[in-house]
Amino acid sequence: MPEDLLNSFMTGPDENGRFGDFGGRFVSETLMPLILELEAQYEHAKTDPTFWAEMDDLWANYVGRPSPLYFAERLTERLGGAKIYLKRDELNHTGAHKINNVLGQIILARRMGKTRIIAETGAGQHGVATATVCAKFGLKCVVYMGAHDVERQSPNVFRMKLLGAEVVPVTSGRGTLKDAMNDALRDWVTNVEDTFYCIGTVAGPHPYPAMVRDFQAIIGKEAKEQMKAAEGRLPDTIIAAIGGGSNAMGLFFPFLDDKDVAIIGVEAGGKGVNAKMEHCASLTGGRPGVLHGNRTYLLQDDDGQILEGHSISAGLDYPGIGPEHSWLHEIGRAKYVSITDKEALEAFQLCCETEGIIPALEPSHALAHVAKIAPDLPRDHLICMNMCGRGDKDIFTVARALGWEMGEVI
Amino acid sequence: MTRIDDTFARLRAENRKAFVTYIMAGDPDAGKTAEILAGLPGAGVDIIELGLPFTDPMADGPTIQLAGQRALEGGMTLKGTLDLVRDFRTADDATPIVLMGYYNPIYSHGVDRFLEDAKAAGVDGLIVVDLPPEEDVELCIPAQAAGLNFIRLATPTSDDKRLPKVLQNTSGFVYYVSITGITGSGAADAAKVGPEVARIKQSTDLPIIVGFGIKTPEAAEGIAAVADGCVVGSAIVDRIAKGHSAEDVLTYVASLADGAHRG
Repeated sequence: MPEDLLNSFMTGPDENGRFGDFGGRFVSETLMPLILELEAQYEHAKTDPTFWAEMDDLWANYVGRPSPLYFAERLTERLGGAKIYLKRDELNHTGAHKINNVLGQIILARRMGKTRIIAETGAGQHGVATATVCAKFGLKCVVYMGAHDVERQSPNVFRMKLLGAEVVPVTSGRGTLKDAMNDALRDWVTNVEDTFYCIGTVAGPHPYPAMVRDFQAIIGKEAKEQMKAAEGRLPDTIIAAIGGGSNAMGLFFPFLDDKDVAIIGVEAGGKGVNAKMEHCASLTGGRPGVLHGNRTYLLQDDDGQILEGHSISAGLDYPGIGPEHSWLHEIGRAKYVSITDKEALEAFQLCCETEGIIPALEPSHALAHVAKIAPDLPRDHLICMNMCGRGDKDIFTVARALGWEMGEVI
Repeated sequence: MTRIDDTFARLRAENRKAFVTYIMAGDPDAGKTAEILAGLPGAGVDIIELGLPFTDPMADGPTIQLAGQRALEGGMTLKGTLDLVRDFRTADDATPIVLMGYYNPIYSHGVDRFLEDAKAAGVDGLIVVDLPPEEDVELCIPAQAAGLNFIRLATPTSDDKRLPKVLQNTSGFVYYVSITGITGSGAADAAKVGPEVARIKQSTDLPIIVGFGIKTPEAAEGIAAVADGCVVGSAIVDRIAKGHSAEDVLTYVASLADGAHRG
């Protein structure tokens, strides 16, 4: 098989930050010395046992890792096919996988002597995680959040403020996650001396996609060991939702060289992947372009102007995707599908009813795909899905979508 | 030799500093841009930077962000931008035009096709904000091969270690960014810029033009005095945003040009 010529899918990126044709360092000159310095510091930290000892300690005692690998028995029965396991990263402190990465970047920022942390956030989960870790270490924290997202994710805005962060509503562009990222980059270019930019997903200029992946890879490493302990073997299929793609990359990465493990990424199909672009499925509905420091699949028009996507989930509402996913898509190592708002809402309810777990809308997309494929798979087929966030933040959105007035619920 | 090289040779012979302006193509519509473009050389502008609109201008402040939005809402495209250059060239074959923008619209158009079209339209140089030297193979090297200047931004963070990398493969002139920050913010300080320009000059024979944070004729004079010229962008775009007539905009540009040429 030709793919055997590749010794490993886990060696990327190359020295220029490329995964095949994707990735790179497409930033203004002012930022180049900063990202080169960050790369050098990260390369050093990566092989420094004291760095990982600090991470392991905080992962165990502050975040609550390892997160359980849970056999979803009633969900499995209901779907009547494959055996479904959920990797419970929604049980982490702050309620999502985001904190895995934030801890790594903040420890690095402290080593670099940076005193001011900036971040962008969509659903608010990365913003909350960043505000949390900044509070823990006494660092100044500024979070850029699209004005539209500030409105639809108000509980997370309040949490960030409680944690002492300054939340800046972004009104430039259309006021969503991509505009928040633009404004965070503008802040960074202005405050180069004391500021560390803590990116929340596996995108941005090199080394961010690789660094964030390495911090999130704890998810896949744990899942691998836990699945071996539970079933004595690896899963047959692993599945995760994708906006920028950090929870997915974290689950996928340790399995990339296990060629018998099927890998499926689930993009947000919004109102349907069609010409109207009311979706956020960069891989199924976009084409390669350059934005936010890297080359990757993007939603764009014929003139190369970036389009706003649509998703019921603010965390998936981003017109791009991490470059490593673009590469895995092109070489065919992972398969990418899309799930609509409506399908995600159905899966959200299914999970509440069968497992007593209120999932975030982001992993509800992954779950909807599990619900699609599990019934046709044999009972000994093992699926591992990343339950990357809990749904507390989404209850207002879901209530509205289901036509409930919150006052009437009781 | 491009029109940019010719212009600097002439300015050197006349012992004058270069005055460079930036406006956004299609802000608020193609007609207004064409009218202003046609008047810029007469107002004393030596080199024209023409902004190529992009939805996500991450190095620009609010003034130029909004100019780009107005242009895109008015239907401006990469092709429309090149049409503006082509029309300008029917009356002016001497004043250099530098396209300034971001990589994605160019990448989307296709690099080879873009270079061919830009050259044919009469473009002389490119400033592409999100293409640092590390990405030279993307556009910088093909552009030079096609006979277009690729003008690099040097910044206060381009220290002595990095400077050679920034200057390598740069042609036409070096655009020194006077501040760490976005366009339209802060104020360029001649006392700080002077030594930086001198530092960069030790490593290159190219002219050094300073931009970002220059808003008045006095500031243009002060900065031009310590460099080979200066760029004004946001302050002009701001007047276009306020609906000033092309004539008023050009009168203001002429006052800035006088300042820069005194420098």
